[in-house]
Amino acid sequence: MKTTISYPTKEAMGKTGSWRVFRPVLHEDKCIKCWMCWVFCPESAIRKEEFPKIDYDFCKGCGVCANECPVNAIEMRREEK
Amino acid sequence: MVAIKDLPEEEYVLEGNAACPGCPITIALRTVLKALGKDTIMTVPASCSAVIQSLYPKTSFAVPTLNIAFEAAAASASGIEAALHAQGKDDVTVLAWAGDGGSYDIGLQALSGALERGTNFIYVCYNNQMYSNTGVQRSGATPYGAWTTTTWTGKKERQKNLAEIAMAHNIPYVATASIAYPTDLYRKAKKAKEIKGPKYMEIIAPCPPGWRFDMSKTVEMAKLAVETGAWLMYEFENGKLTFNGPSKGIVEGSREPKPVEDWLKMQGRFRNLTEEDIQKIKRDLKEGWEFYRKKSQLF
Amino acid sequence: MKVIDTANNIAALAAKMARPKVISAYPITPQTTIVEKLAQYVESGELKSEFIRVESEHSAMASCIGAEATGVRTFTATSSHGLLLMHEMLHWAALARLPIVMVNINRAIGPGWSIWSDCNDSVAQRDTGWLQFYCSSNQEVFDTVIQAYRVAEHKDVQLPVMINYDGFILSHTSMPAEIPSQEEIDSFLPEYSPEWKLDTDNPITHGNIIGPEYYMEVRYDMHMSQQKAKKVIKDVDREWAEKFGRSYGGLIEKYRCDDADTVIVSYGAMGAEAHASVDELRKRGEKVGLARLRVFRPFPKEEMKEIAENSELIVIDRNISPGMEGAMATEIKATVGTNIKQFIAGLGGRDVTYRDIVRMYELAKENKDGWYSVEVE
Repeated sequence: MKTTISYPTKEAMGKTGSWRVFRPVLHEDKCIKCWMCWVFCPESAIRKEEFPKIDYDFCKGCGVCANECPVNAIEMRREEK
Repeated sequence: MVAIKDLPEEEYVLEGNAACPGCPITIALRTVLKALGKDTIMTVPASCSAVIQSLYPKTSFAVPTLNIAFEAAAASASGIEAALHAQGKDDVTVLAWAGDGGSYDIGLQALSGALERGTNFIYVCYNNQMYSNTGVQRSGATPYGAWTTTTWTGKKERQKNLAEIAMAHNIPYVATASIAYPTDLYRKAKKAKEIKGPKYMEIIAPCPPGWRFDMSKTVEMAKLAVETGAWLMYEFENGKLTFNGPSKGIVEGSREPKPVEDWLKMQGRFRNLTEEDIQKIKRDLKEGWEFYRKKSQLF
Repeated sequence: MKVIDTANNIAALAAKMARPKVISAYPITPQTTIVEKLAQYVESGELKSEFIRVESEHSAMASCIGAEATGVRTFTATSSHGLLLMHEMLHWAALARLPIVMVNINRAIGPGWSIWSDCNDSVAQRDTGWLQFYCSSNQEVFDTVIQAYRVAEHKDVQLPVMINYDGFILSHTSMPAEIPSQEEIDSFLPEYSPEWKLDTDNPITHGNIIGPEYYMEVRYDMHMSQQKAKKVIKDVDREWAEKFGRSYGGLIEKYRCDDADTVIVSYGAMGAEAHASVDELRKRGEKVGLARLRVFRPFPKEEMKEIAENSELIVIDRNISPGMEGAMATEIKATVGTNIKQFIAGLGGRDVTYRDIVRMYELAKENKDGWYSVEVE
């Protein structure tokens, strides 16, 4: 019997990091670990480690994290080809 | 209230999904599912959330999820809940996760039916104020003056108030929230999970391509909606109406809201508003705050 | 146990004895007495089931889908405009491969409002993927509801089943029926064990977006399951006969067909009425038989071919596909060729007695056919 059953998979759409134009870069020296970037990441692409850890395989580069960071610890840099 | 750092780390919206960059829906769903946990069954009508899951045979949602026709989310939730109850699985939370098109418009009948017949579930309408998935058409939730691809010169009518309609069903819990206030949203979802019976929640979800703003501003836009009083956050519980965050002061008249122009002018969809339109929007907002001020005194 | 009751009460009794865990239904004439009865069973505690009193038929089917997808047996019933409102969800149930069982009381479509029998409601659901049975007696209604679960839930089928019978002619007419004991039903119909379900221990997603590279295979599997259902229906009918002494011929019930040079093909209440017409014509020396189509989907092609090998066919349809012809006639011509006689009769509950069917036979022999009582006669 065949019906449309799908299974939970990371990278179901592949490595969505390839969509990115701007790359968020965290400056750990500025980070106050408020975890705003983690809670607001639309992609679940920021993990809670010692500092927020951005998974560039999946980060789509929306920049919400940088925009919400209260201490400007995240910089958006244009991706190089 | 739980601190951001203490929110659960479990993720039920997996990375590498099909959401647009800066999508408010995944922000909202991540937080709601953190509150509800793994023992949740979700039903999703036609909407952006059907797309976000990604393509068969893979899915980016890590709780059991039923996709269902546009108008049928609440009705399918009634079925899921009945089947769970029949099997003695009353500890599983049933979540209907629908957009404003599927809630305000095509799914309103089924929603009303499920609320009235006491289905034990949480219905969440993530409200991006239009049909985003089909490419930005007007819905019953689109505000006055907003450009959409079916209101090229701006919508001529005000949006309806679905949370009010939900309250009119005498259900135990109605709450509105904003993705910009994740701990408030988390707390509300957690509370909804503990209450038996129908729960209605609505989350403002600013859509970058639909509202025409930069994708980095999703949360800022949701915050500004609250700070300007364009969106009110409240809970209606056991007949008691409580306002949360900045909405409390705005409704009570003790807090001066930010000028709504700040919010309107950040969005391309309001680019063609006239001064007259803006004055009308301001009057309408004031009228709304006044209505709720009186209402919260009644209850 | 022998009962004398209406088809609706008997359908409700059969549904109860099948032990669905969730029933979801919305009232519509002439189906209402089924939901009334089921509500009584549930509220009295006679049936342990959740009864969802939905606000529409669309929601009735949507909630059956939700319940069945959560792993339990379900039942619903509707008619006419209610079935039409369900249409979208009928497709959904079938493609989701959920073995929901539904009774549909055939009723004409408005405007003007008609509460009387014809089959345009169910014929309009032909391509939804549902199996369709047409019953011609209250006994058959009971037997088919129970059998339907066995067929629907069979691993080779896994498709929903619609059981149709004529509004008022059957739904509100009392006839005797033999009802097996609950133990006998339980041994015939084991507890439902779903092929897939929403389960928090195994979090699958059902029905998300599917690309062109996969979609056809899903449809193909559904089509093949319809084909396989033919054998399952026949096997279940045979097993029923062995246990309870009643058979409906599987897909087609044949009556006096063996030496017949002409066979009348019909279904539902007209199919029952035609027995008397055949007897009457036989008395006159005409070599006539009757093939009562019990199953419309899957369409019994092989059986129909066999009947057509030695006999000419007169097809009587209680439906019309405007701009074409009766739906059964279309299927039969696609199966056996165009050399048949075909009538449209009984729309909107217009009476079709055994005499009318005899008359249609006579007209066919005069090389006439068409809309009986409108074009011819």
